[in-house]
Amino acid sequence: MTEQLDAGLVGRQIAESDQLGDPKDGREVGRARRRKEDARLITGRTTWTDNIQLPGMLYVAFLRSPIAHARITRVDASAARARPGVVAALTGRDFADEQGSLPCAWPVSEDVVIPDHPPMASDEVRYVGEAVACVVATDRYKAVDALEAIEVDYEPLEAVLDMTEALAEGSPKVHEAGNQAFTWKFSGGDAEAAFRDAPVVIDRTYVQQRLIPTAMEPRAVVATTDGGSFTVYSATQIPHILRVMLALTTGIPEHRLRVIAPDVGGGFGSKLQVTAEEVLCLLLTRRLGKPVKWTESRSEGNLTVHHGRDQIQKISLAAERDGRIRGVRVDLLADMGAYLMLVTPGIPLLGAFMYNGIYKMDAYDFRCTGVFTTKMPTDAYRGAGRPEATFAIERTVDELAHELGMDPLEVRRRNWITHQEFPYATIAGLTYDSGNYEAATDRAMALLGYDKLRAEQADRRDRRDPVQLGIGVSTYTEMCGLAPSRVLGSLSYGAGGWEHAAVRVLPTGKVEVVTGSSAHGQGHETAWSQIAADALGVPFEDVSVLHGDTAIAPQGMDTYGSRSLVVGGIAVLRACEKVKAKAAELAAHLLEASPDDVEFSTGTFAVRGTSEGKTIQELALAAFAAHDLPEGFEPRLDAEVTFDPENFSFPHGTHLCAAEVDTETGMVRIRSYVAVDDVGHVVNPLIVEGQVHGGIAQGIAQALFEEAVYDSDGNLLTTTMADYLIPSAADLPDFVTDRTETPAASNPLGVKGVGEAGTIASTPAVVNAIVDALRPYGVNDVPMPCTPERVWRTLAGAAPPGSTAAGRGGAGESEGGER
Amino acid sequence: MPRITVTVDGITYEEEVEPRLLLVHLLRDRLGKTGTPVGCDTGNCGACTVMLDGKSVKSCSVLAAQADECDVVTIEGLGRAGELHPMQQAFHAEHALQCGYCTPGMIMAAIDLLRDTPDPSDEAIREGLEGNLCRCTGYSNIVRAVRRGAREMSGETPAPATGGEVRTS
Amino acid sequence: MIPATFDYIRPASLDEACHVLRDAGDSGDDVKVLAGGQSLLPLLRLRLAYPSALVDLGRLPGLRGVEDRGDHVFIGALTTHDEVLRSPVVREHVPLVAMATATVADPAVRHRGTFGGSLAHADPAGDLPAVALALDCVFIARSAEGEREIPAAEFFTDYLETALRPGEVLIGVRAPKLGADWGFHYEKFTRTAQAWAIVGVAAAVRSEGGDIAEARIGLTNMGPTPLRAQVAEEALRGLGVAHGNGGGPAPGSAPGSAPDGARDPVRDACGQAAEGASPPSDLHARPDYRAHLARVLTYRAVRAASA
Repeated sequence: MTEQLDAGLVGRQIAESDQLGDPKDGREVGRARRRKEDARLITGRTTWTDNIQLPGMLYVAFLRSPIAHARITRVDASAARARPGVVAALTGRDFADEQGSLPCAWPVSEDVVIPDHPPMASDEVRYVGEAVACVVATDRYKAVDALEAIEVDYEPLEAVLDMTEALAEGSPKVHEAGNQAFTWKFSGGDAEAAFRDAPVVIDRTYVQQRLIPTAMEPRAVVATTDGGSFTVYSATQIPHILRVMLALTTGIPEHRLRVIAPDVGGGFGSKLQVTAEEVLCLLLTRRLGKPVKWTESRSEGNLTVHHGRDQIQKISLAAERDGRIRGVRVDLLADMGAYLMLVTPGIPLLGAFMYNGIYKMDAYDFRCTGVFTTKMPTDAYRGAGRPEATFAIERTVDELAHELGMDPLEVRRRNWITHQEFPYATIAGLTYDSGNYEAATDRAMALLGYDKLRAEQADRRDRRDPVQLGIGVSTYTEMCGLAPSRVLGSLSYGAGGWEHAAVRVLPTGKVEVVTGSSAHGQGHETAWSQIAADALGVPFEDVSVLHGDTAIAPQGMDTYGSRSLVVGGIAVLRACEKVKAKAAELAAHLLEASPDDVEFSTGTFAVRGTSEGKTIQELALAAFAAHDLPEGFEPRLDAEVTFDPENFSFPHGTHLCAAEVDTETGMVRIRSYVAVDDVGHVVNPLIVEGQVHGGIAQGIAQALFEEAVYDSDGNLLTTTMADYLIPSAADLPDFVTDRTETPAASNPLGVKGVGEAGTIASTPAVVNAIVDALRPYGVNDVPMPCTPERVWRTLAGAAPPGSTAAGRGGAGESEGGER
Repeated sequence: MPRITVTVDGITYEEEVEPRLLLVHLLRDRLGKTGTPVGCDTGNCGACTVMLDGKSVKSCSVLAAQADECDVVTIEGLGRAGELHPMQQAFHAEHALQCGYCTPGMIMAAIDLLRDTPDPSDEAIREGLEGNLCRCTGYSNIVRAVRRGAREMSGETPAPATGGEVRTS
Repeated sequence: MIPATFDYIRPASLDEACHVLRDAGDSGDDVKVLAGGQSLLPLLRLRLAYPSALVDLGRLPGLRGVEDRGDHVFIGALTTHDEVLRSPVVREHVPLVAMATATVADPAVRHRGTFGGSLAHADPAGDLPAVALALDCVFIARSAEGEREIPAAEFFTDYLETALRPGEVLIGVRAPKLGADWGFHYEKFTRTAQAWAIVGVAAAVRSEGGDIAEARIGLTNMGPTPLRAQVAEEALRGLGVAHGNGGGPAPGSAPGSAPDGARDPVRDACGQAAEGASPPSDLHARPDYRAHLARVLTYRAVRAASA
């Protein structure tokens, strides 16, 4: 979407308030700039996909399977076709020859099974919500009405819901090939040796419940054609990947396809997908020759936007009695749902390299089995694999501390990589470029008032206060900034991890930055303007950022995996440097100096030691006029760069959560939350803080509130926001945030990714706090989400203090058929 | 079909509406008022919040027919003569939005909150906004923005926003 | 989602409304009354209800407002939650109504949702039915045949079912003023702020010289209808409220028992709050947990009401 700063009064008002930022030696990078994006968002002049209205537009509604697993024996849409306003009513059979199979771009292993995944089912349905027919009508009300006239006969098959049972002999099958999607292994060091005779071994099983990402904007697709070419507007994070995949799936040539991601209302991974609805809307506009629009309802979205997490983690940790960790073993079951979607099988593997966390150890063993079930497929959700891994290791390290009678921060200090040890090659095969875990932790402890809270905790325990206090620790790092293409290749991912940028200095001296990143709330228009303003020495206001349209930004790898700044932002910087080099060459020519003698400073190219110079604006005009150019110089001041990162990005930090647990009701209240993150140098502290806040909120939500629940027949019970509980302002505390700044060694800005860090860090901090509060009751785990009922059941079933079970083994609760 | 007269952002419309037409669809699909988005179908998310006769309502939970002879103000009708409403300005200044999808409803709910409580505590702000969900911000900056908007609306000069460093509210 | 089609009738008078409803009842049409629509519209949008017509009472004159009528407060059925909350009469004379109303949904919903609509919808998870029950309110129904009084104890007949007959409209509720020796508290337990109550307890307690002379306890979401915790009410009679320290279970002791193991008779009495209840099992809680919550929350509500 092009930046749409208003030329009118509103724009001026905004521009004035933008001066509130704190200029640091005149540089834009590092300044708390108010966002350029806001003007349209706070005034309602946005272009959400559902806002798009085209002449002759038709509206699509999908009929969805009400059964988790069934053979479709008959579909009759003829009565729907007779309904008023209905233009077409189509079934899976109608699309059979053209719909192809929805893509999986990450065939993780040799043994991976990638089942055929028709966008519209025609023979068999494998989860509740799978599309079986559609109606196209002249308005959205009539389209929905006519769905009720479609008759579908199903022959029910057995639902497959439990991963362990799905892998057992004789289980009903989701697909012919069986329920195992893949196996994947990694090992570093000698785990056998590490566990042999280990003085302390902690064995735990954690369940990462299934989550529904719940971006506030429901998905929507508009597809239109002029007869020869096609335009698809979609509420997507990935217009570029979508274009390639739509071409491959439908056979429509890529050069006749344009994909536009207009204003997109959040994604969190859920819009990193190639969806059935996108494919089918494209096919419908081809078939009908009219623009079509589909907008999902929230209840439709809860069923059919891919889900996140859903793993069972078996983790073992071997340690010395002094707390030193010898090794970690992980055995993971990951629920794929019914099909492998765009990166479904790769999600747990993004966590595979993070179960060692920030700790040094001698050995690490990881094994993952992907399992098919008759549920909505899982895929990327904020953090994607790393929150799960971080949860498991941070919970387990707390268990180790408890086992040894040590403070949880002390056991971490004994194991973490010290700041002198960077770059550090981990047991999981990554090289952490930089970090300072000591500094972030010291700062977090000071901000929380750690010692004082420990004293209060002791007092409440002594008083047997019904409201107990717990302090939860999470010292996380994560790998983001996806990703070096060669690494992705080695993991069998189907594409690279580069990013593209183009920078153009226009004849009037204004600058257009074209980026392949596709923002949907992250503030690229502002941050990229700051980077370009510094690099080119032009005013922040003179930079405009274009993105999200394959006709305007033809190349890109889009936005996910906290990659935008560390890959896309660096691409912008590099493109600016290339422009600068061209400008320097032109300046030298015009100033009749040697290029080596031309220096650049705050927008002016001057001959060293003289006051004679040319501004970049003058040079842009000179290039445009082209009257007097160096030999071979193309008459324009622009450049393009495709940048491939050398390494991942490794933000880190220490999050501390103080939680009060009402032992009578099981209610958990977060009393204070401190996050000290190290995301290296910062381009815009305001945006960084916002990312951290939002990330923490989503991680807390996993710990306390959210869970996608299927019943024993495979029906999703949490289809509405009345059932799937998103926290409101009244349900969350204020967050105390601060940063330490250890620059990344892997990029010239020294920046690290920040989009997912808060979510990755916060979930274990909260659960550790709850468990810490309840230790005196013999509790050593509460399954997520830690609802009041779960806390209460755990307390009711926990062993009293002093019994042999305390401190070891699983939680007291047996799950009562709820999951 | 019911015939209704409704004023939206200062313009009076006469429309024939299907009884089941939701106010939010009248606004979006018939009147082109797409500044007000839809985020759910149970009245939980609050993205579609508008003012109906001066009070906040969720326009997805009101029939267009029920809005007959009513005055509706949407995010597009806030502020006068091209100037931002102080609450819009405050959301911008405090970085109280990211994707911005919840923002129109959140701003309307925030303005409504100040009708009764011109100087709300943080707790009152959080409770007053319980019917408006945001998935991006974690709400901390929204609370700050409402505080700032309240100060500005009461005529005080707001303190310059800090940004990015240690902040507790 | 989008509602299925229905007819829309906006009667000009209460008489006309009653006739429309009677005629619909006679012809077997599924006609629903629309007040604020805050419960009904989501049901229609999810297509969980397919009424043939909605009779919009929203603008009928005379059904909106709060009146002080000497020994009771009359609350018109179409009074919005917001108006109830703003009413000084409600706050002074029936504070329990104000306490519970303040917890209903969120401010925007309270601007549209009505007092009478919430009661006539009869959702046992709603906050007001248990309050009406605890206060022994009297429901005034009107039909073409005239007016009828229905005691709260007879109003809620089953899940989403009331004693209102076809053709009858709830026009208002008489909430008795209880004297200055009464205290009130509504204790609502939710997972998130705007969620429905997992359990709610509406307590009205009359104290005499530090003892509980009478307690009336209404339970939200502990069965297909709102309930009175009669066994607990009886058990509380005559107990001194000075006992107990509000403490919780000691580590290792059963949840719900007093922290120091000492008996607290009020807590013991409230421990019978779930007697006779048949709490539902759903996503947010199973019955035994609801029963436990009813006991704990009743204790808290009674203590707060008698403080």
